[in-house]
Amino acid sequence: MNEKLTSLWQRLFGDSVRAFGVVSVVFLASMAIAPAKNFFSEWRHYQHGYLTMIRNRSDANTLQRHFQGGIRQIWLPQLGVVDRCTSCHVGLNEASLADVATQPYRKHPSIPHNLDQFGCTTCHRGQGAATTVAEAHNSTLAWEQPILPAKYIESSCGQCHRGPLPGTPQLNQGRNLLSREGCVHCHTVKLPDGSTMKATDDPPSLSHIADKTTREWIFAWLKDPQAYASTSTMPNFKLSDYDARDMSAFLMANSTPMPGDTAPVSTKAAADPAAGASLYGESFCASCHAVQNAAGNMVGGNVGPELTRVGNKVKPEWLQAWLRNPRAYDAGTAMPHYRFNDSQVATLSGFLLAKKDSDLLTNVHLDAPTPEQIAHGKRLVSDYGCASCHEITGIKKPENFAPELSRIGSKPVTQLIFLPGMQHALPDYIAGKIKNPRAFSPGLKMPQYTLTPLQTDSLTTALLSLNDRSYSLPPSLAVPVQPASDYQPAGKAGKLMTDLACFSCHRLNGHGGDMAPDLTWEGSSVQREWLVQFFKNPGTLRPALIRRMPRFNLTDVEASELTDYIMTVYQSPAVDRDSMPLSGYSQGQIELGKQLFYGKYSCQGCHIMDTTDKGYIGPTLTHVGSRLTAAWIYQWMKNPQSLRPGTVEPNRAMSDEDARALTAFLISQKGGDKQEAAKK
Amino acid sequence: MIPRAALLLGLVVLGTSCSRQTESAAAPKPTGFGAAIVESSGSKQFTQTGSILPQPVVVQVNDHQGTAVAGALVEFTAAPGVTFDPPNGLTDSSGQVTTNVSLGGMAGRYQITASTLDKSHKKVELKLEEIALGYQQTLGRRLNDQYCDRCHNPESTVERVSNYDNLDVKPHPFTEGDTLNRISDADLAAIITHGGPALQKSALMPAWGNTLSKPEIEALTSYIRAVSDPPSRAAGPVYTKN
Repeated sequence: MNEKLTSLWQRLFGDSVRAFGVVSVVFLASMAIAPAKNFFSEWRHYQHGYLTMIRNRSDANTLQRHFQGGIRQIWLPQLGVVDRCTSCHVGLNEASLADVATQPYRKHPSIPHNLDQFGCTTCHRGQGAATTVAEAHNSTLAWEQPILPAKYIESSCGQCHRGPLPGTPQLNQGRNLLSREGCVHCHTVKLPDGSTMKATDDPPSLSHIADKTTREWIFAWLKDPQAYASTSTMPNFKLSDYDARDMSAFLMANSTPMPGDTAPVSTKAAADPAAGASLYGESFCASCHAVQNAAGNMVGGNVGPELTRVGNKVKPEWLQAWLRNPRAYDAGTAMPHYRFNDSQVATLSGFLLAKKDSDLLTNVHLDAPTPEQIAHGKRLVSDYGCASCHEITGIKKPENFAPELSRIGSKPVTQLIFLPGMQHALPDYIAGKIKNPRAFSPGLKMPQYTLTPLQTDSLTTALLSLNDRSYSLPPSLAVPVQPASDYQPAGKAGKLMTDLACFSCHRLNGHGGDMAPDLTWEGSSVQREWLVQFFKNPGTLRPALIRRMPRFNLTDVEASELTDYIMTVYQSPAVDRDSMPLSGYSQGQIELGKQLFYGKYSCQGCHIMDTTDKGYIGPTLTHVGSRLTAAWIYQWMKNPQSLRPGTVEPNRAMSDEDARALTAFLISQKGGDKQEAAKK
Repeated sequence: MIPRAALLLGLVVLGTSCSRQTESAAAPKPTGFGAAIVESSGSKQFTQTGSILPQPVVVQVNDHQGTAVAGALVEFTAAPGVTFDPPNGLTDSSGQVTTNVSLGGMAGRYQITASTLDKSHKKVELKLEEIALGYQQTLGRRLNDQYCDRCHNPESTVERVSNYDNLDVKPHPFTEGDTLNRISDADLAAIITHGGPALQKSALMPAWGNTLSKPEIEALTSYIRAVSDPPSRAAGPVYTKN
């Protein structure tokens, strides 16, 4: 062995010439490694493949002319972007490559941004400076940033766009969920513009809970909120029977009677299901409240809580007091004060109390609590952070109860603890944590939410948008959110509008819900007499809608005060309602308007004007001449969106003559004519 | 020689990245074998690229008589990037397997294959198609929901009654590929912009040119192309297993 080595040594380095020669060869070979590595690089391979691919295409010459070989780079110092992705993704900007399915040659889909202005990693993450497939996409070299999976791509839009965008439904939904599902009650989310994300849900105060419900119901609810109502946003804290027993004991013991709530209730709940159902329907309770029907489908809105088993929950006295005036118990509730009379309260409460599931509370048997149990319950209530969401007498809302999520989208992977089998990437961690928080440690306080997979993805998308880049953006790139309006109407009428919870459905001056029409310019739009009558007895304007304006049993004085306020305050500067008369149009003009209505503009496709029309989309127009002002109709014909942004009616760019003729025709439709004719 | 080496390198890279993706849960042992596999629900849905389909895909395994077979193993496969939760499963007592599907990151059509083994261990397959909407189509979809759907979609929902039946001249549902695929992009844009009369069609289709911007009309067109059935040429390639 030794001899062999010696002879090899002799052969290679026996004399100086030999040694020089061998060393030179080795040196040359090692010198060749660097160019060879470059020569065999992946990007060169892909560029070669691209050239081969385009050679046989009809647009070969154009593509060939656009092609630039070598490592390509998009450098945007302002954004911290050094992206070499276009070295392999050669045809990103080639519109004619839309039919190519193989990567990396596909054209980038159409988006509103120019790739050269934003680079690639701004949206897709990944390692921009890397020049191999694995390093660029998978962050093999312990670099932090792997490519962002396509399903979370909208999170990148949210880095600059702080408000909702029409093209990012998932991001919008995720942001809504963050504030609606109560996440931000416990987790602080500071936004890059300096504001703090606010919760939009309204968890009820528990200070007077003993007035409202029983300890048995609280116990069952704490154990599994979704067993009572599948749509409930209250998460499941996975409490043991003992913990739920003690917490329910504390909440009952801690509750104080609501002042004024003790008034004796004179009416007994009436049990006439037919009358109850029809009052429930007439009051359009289903616009806000859902009930699960026999087929298992939810029917109704999600503004208020689900009522499928409300009879298991509420005490009859409480329910009657609530129906009489919900604002007495909860001043901030979204529920209108309906002004029901005693017999209506009895009918409706009887109908609601019958909505129960006989099995829900059958197995709940609780003995009278001991002081120790109550004390333990209090400790649990503060440990689980119940007061983060609910108002509870004697327990302060905890500060910084859960980790802040302001920059969660940039959290380094090294700081995360993954579950076995989980992909080591931030999006997977966030989604996993939302899906099953206690899987990460049984001792964690974060409760179990009931979310669909799509909702989990949306939430993850919204959280990923809260990252370092959203803070370090050049201010010129940030697209701020429209500041929320806190408009409140003033005076007596303003109080009445709050009492009737108009803002739960209608929007005025940027504040309020979107279930019903925006009323910002209502005073220019409608005629006074019509509005008074509508308040007294809201008729059907849009036959196809299931959500409608309920009747509030307003007194004449209330209806007239409210009308006066609306007519005076909610006027559009673009419409002078007295500038055009409500009658006196020539028959010729009316006739021309009718022809335009049925012919050129075919309005009957969406509106009902005559018994033979069936349009379901716009409001019925049979009485429009008694409802709207002529000036409003004229302006609406000219440009509907200028009066109500986002309305479905298309802007037809009508000539002044057409708009005037249609106004004449519409204002002639007073509705009463046919009945009067029949009387004669 | 040299390009071959580069190709080899590329293949190796591709191979390693693919092998990482195809790790799937171990399949359970089948106790039943069917003769055919049919769709119960869930094909031709659309969602955004990379996202989960709104409804799960449900397939059913039947025997020769067409009765449901319980305990048959069904495996779901598709182009890389498509994920199934779960990727395989045994049919329940009604012969059905349900899976949630997330589509790949590129807009277009994805072919999904559900396969089971018959008694002689031959593979029986069912191919379904799902649609992934890119940014532009998602934008178009929103516009469709706001402006078009109530007349162009004959189906009523609990929340919204369709206006389709009320119209004397019936609008074309956007899935009606046989008709819509014969209209060029320019004509489609012209009808949307100037209304039906622009192409000697009904005035019941109003002009949207003053309400929608040009990019919005383009987005709408790309949405209409994406959902048409049979597929439009402009809808792009179909992503299949290989």
